[in-house]
Amino acid sequence: MKRREFIQLSATLSAGAMAPVALTGCAERPLPGTGEVVRTPTVCNVCFWRCAGTVSTENGRPWKIEGNPDDLHSTGRFCTRGDGGLGMYTDPDRLKQPMIRVTENGQQRFRPATWDEAFDYIAAKMNRIKDEHGEDRLCLFSHGPGGSYFRRMLTAFGSRGYTQPSFAQCRGPRDVGFALTFGEGVGSPDRTDMENSRCIVLIGSHLGENLHNSQVQTWISALRKGATLITVDPRFSVAAGKSKHWLPIKPGTDMALLLAWMHVLINEGLYDADYVDRYVNGLDKLTAHVQQFTPEWAFTQTGIRPEVIRETAREMAKAAPATVVHPGRHVTWYGDDTQRSRAIAILTALLGSWGREGGYLAMENVNLPRYPLPDPPAPKNNWMQAVQGEYPLAPAGIAQKVIDGSIGDDAFFKGWFVYGTNLGYTIPGVTEKLQQAAQSLDLFVVVDTMPYAITGYADVILPECTYLERLDPIRNSPEREPSLAVNFPAFEPKYDSKPGWWIAKHIAERLGLGDWFPWKDYGEELDWQLRQVGSSLDEMRRIGVKKFPRTTPKYFAPNENRQFNTGSGKIELHSDLLADYGHDPLPVYTPPPTRPDEKHLHLNYGRAAAHTFGRTINNPTLFELMPENTAWVHPVAAGDFGVSNGEYVRLKNQDGVESLPVRIRVTQRIRPDSVYLVHGFGHKESQLGLANGRGADDQGLITRILVDPIMGGTGMRGNFVTLIPEEASA
Amino acid sequence: MIRYAMVIDTKLCIGCGDCVVACKTENKVPAGLNRDWVVEATTGTYPNLKTEFRSERCNHCAKPTCLYACPTAATYRWEDTNIVLVDPNKCTGCGACIAACPYDARLIMNEGYVSKCTFCHHRVEQGLDPACVSSCPTRCMHFGVLDDPNSTVSKLLASREHKALLDETGNEPQVYFLT
Repeated sequence: MKRREFIQLSATLSAGAMAPVALTGCAERPLPGTGEVVRTPTVCNVCFWRCAGTVSTENGRPWKIEGNPDDLHSTGRFCTRGDGGLGMYTDPDRLKQPMIRVTENGQQRFRPATWDEAFDYIAAKMNRIKDEHGEDRLCLFSHGPGGSYFRRMLTAFGSRGYTQPSFAQCRGPRDVGFALTFGEGVGSPDRTDMENSRCIVLIGSHLGENLHNSQVQTWISALRKGATLITVDPRFSVAAGKSKHWLPIKPGTDMALLLAWMHVLINEGLYDADYVDRYVNGLDKLTAHVQQFTPEWAFTQTGIRPEVIRETAREMAKAAPATVVHPGRHVTWYGDDTQRSRAIAILTALLGSWGREGGYLAMENVNLPRYPLPDPPAPKNNWMQAVQGEYPLAPAGIAQKVIDGSIGDDAFFKGWFVYGTNLGYTIPGVTEKLQQAAQSLDLFVVVDTMPYAITGYADVILPECTYLERLDPIRNSPEREPSLAVNFPAFEPKYDSKPGWWIAKHIAERLGLGDWFPWKDYGEELDWQLRQVGSSLDEMRRIGVKKFPRTTPKYFAPNENRQFNTGSGKIELHSDLLADYGHDPLPVYTPPPTRPDEKHLHLNYGRAAAHTFGRTINNPTLFELMPENTAWVHPVAAGDFGVSNGEYVRLKNQDGVESLPVRIRVTQRIRPDSVYLVHGFGHKESQLGLANGRGADDQGLITRILVDPIMGGTGMRGNFVTLIPEEASA
Repeated sequence: MIRYAMVIDTKLCIGCGDCVVACKTENKVPAGLNRDWVVEATTGTYPNLKTEFRSERCNHCAKPTCLYACPTAATYRWEDTNIVLVDPNKCTGCGACIAACPYDARLIMNEGYVSKCTFCHHRVEQGLDPACVSSCPTRCMHFGVLDDPNSTVSKLLASREHKALLDETGNEPQVYFLT
């Protein structure tokens, strides 16, 4: 018998009965807002942007969520998902009580447990891991602010292992690429000064469909003022539709275009010579390097005509320094992603737009003291060296390496906490490894609000209440103007769910580490922190968002001399550090994997405004807006496969993996050699009543992974799919 | 009659559907029903394409055929404005208004009466914009009084190319799209 058989939660619990629909007869419904309205400040957690707003209830029932006008993340306007946030609370499929894996009559299943039982179980297993292997052998996988309590508990225990799939599966390459060039990263929210840009260049970044609120707002604000938009995308994205120049690039050849743009800027003398003289190292080497990358050469790779490459480069230079070559966000594409991010950073430096109005600004947050806690135990081992030592330039945990480091008897990690991240649908090609890790690990805890697939591997499932039912850490993210925001519970926790802080505190207490959570209610800690900066929890309950004045300049001062946090103290076009570690010091072009045959199309994927990854598909409000994804194909490709609009097909990748049935969308808005899917669909868990079986999962089709040799990112865009029409009877 | 109008800039709309969600939550519209919706219209051939997103709803026509068609006077104008409302107590659910509306903007509630976009008159009364307008993250939607030449909606229509849907019906629709 397997140590951990994958258990579908529905096999254990009967589905909760749906609440009966309240019929009011033919009487007129009262106008909204005429009842007793109660408003509570919230910080949205439907995505990680964390906009601040207000939850309204009317006569004790959930009514609506709106943005807080004092909040620069939202300027009082929530996005589609934020406005649909109440669905996270009302979703009838939520996790409802703690559960523990048991074996009865040779069969594994989950049994409902009390919180005490769950805590005892976890503490006993953690202590056994400590005794047998050491206290540093637990790791946290995390996405979202609530991970911080579990990180605190594990740090206190002696385990520093920590990873977020948002690094190696998403934004890691740009963090590293920009840091190698400018000595610091782009951060989140991204430090693009788009509201003041006169030219914005998007490389595969589909702003608008990717609805990071203030980013979309500042982008649209630039367009309203007439900024030039240049969009590079194999698909006619929403952004492409608003562009002066749409460059429908051959997938995977972006680096060739970036190098050719450098060629034009340098050879036509269009770069910012004063800025480069003052701040930049390595122009000579770059100049020599890019001579070979002419627009004529780039045309042979990208399919973008040389005159378009020249014209767009000139547009960028004309608007510079108020030009943003956007860093993108999910940039783990082809394995040369750090280098591509470096190329974007180098272009930014040539345009003189780093640190300049309309380019990249310095964001600022509030200098908020941390709550005083005991000194953590010194780490026994360097876990990063142990599990990802071959990526010394990676500043953060590489999720798939942590998984590798949890497989086998001699594996470093022996226990996992998985907080708010559905690993199998987040990390490509990882299903088998998750199964192997589940056989090796001594403890597997999942903390989540919903019964996502990852719960099937758990020993213990801990149901967290949603952001609408709990306090979260103070939002203190960098912005154009600093501010703090606090998320207050608008509702009592439903079912037997509990706030993350309460869960972590109780585990810590079981382990004798209660002094790391030295209060009864987390609000005491928040109040202490707020009082250090002249506010209080009471004040925040009234206002939701508190603004603070900036203390540092947004932009470089004219003729200011600066030190950058790089080896040379300058912006590094040529990176000696990369050379020292055996990587190319200047970005080079590697052709992408080619289509195996005419019947295989590039698999591209992206996001939709209605959903946050796979985490909102089951949200009743957002599900209604977009219940399934479609596979976009060009009419020529549809003709080749004999499929028509609205028909269901399965996608089969180059390694024979097939998707669930997905509807075809025939559209001119895509290159004939590509398929496009919105990410996050294709759940196969019957306990997700709405999401189950809807659409295709792009992640499952990504089996060829192009690993970034610099930071360990999982490049996901080297995959190809063919279309298998569903039988009429299916 | 005071004319309220909605003016939506299709050049800035991203088709995100936030207006749909904001309307549903503000007005407590039941699951499966919508008072507004987003249309995506793409024209041209790859790679020479144009996509227009339009947030659509009841046009609150100055000459509303739905109102003329209603046999029970359940459909009425709100306080001498062009805002067309339905009184559920008078509505028999006969569907004449649904047939008469060129925009398919009316829906039947589970209880049997007809419902539709109200331009959020309960918010307008308080000096607020309709929920869809005030939630729109791109600020591409505007609302105001057309009779006031200084209102944002009047200025936008005076300065920008625009269209209304199915103008040829003579209904004088009051939702305008900047193109």
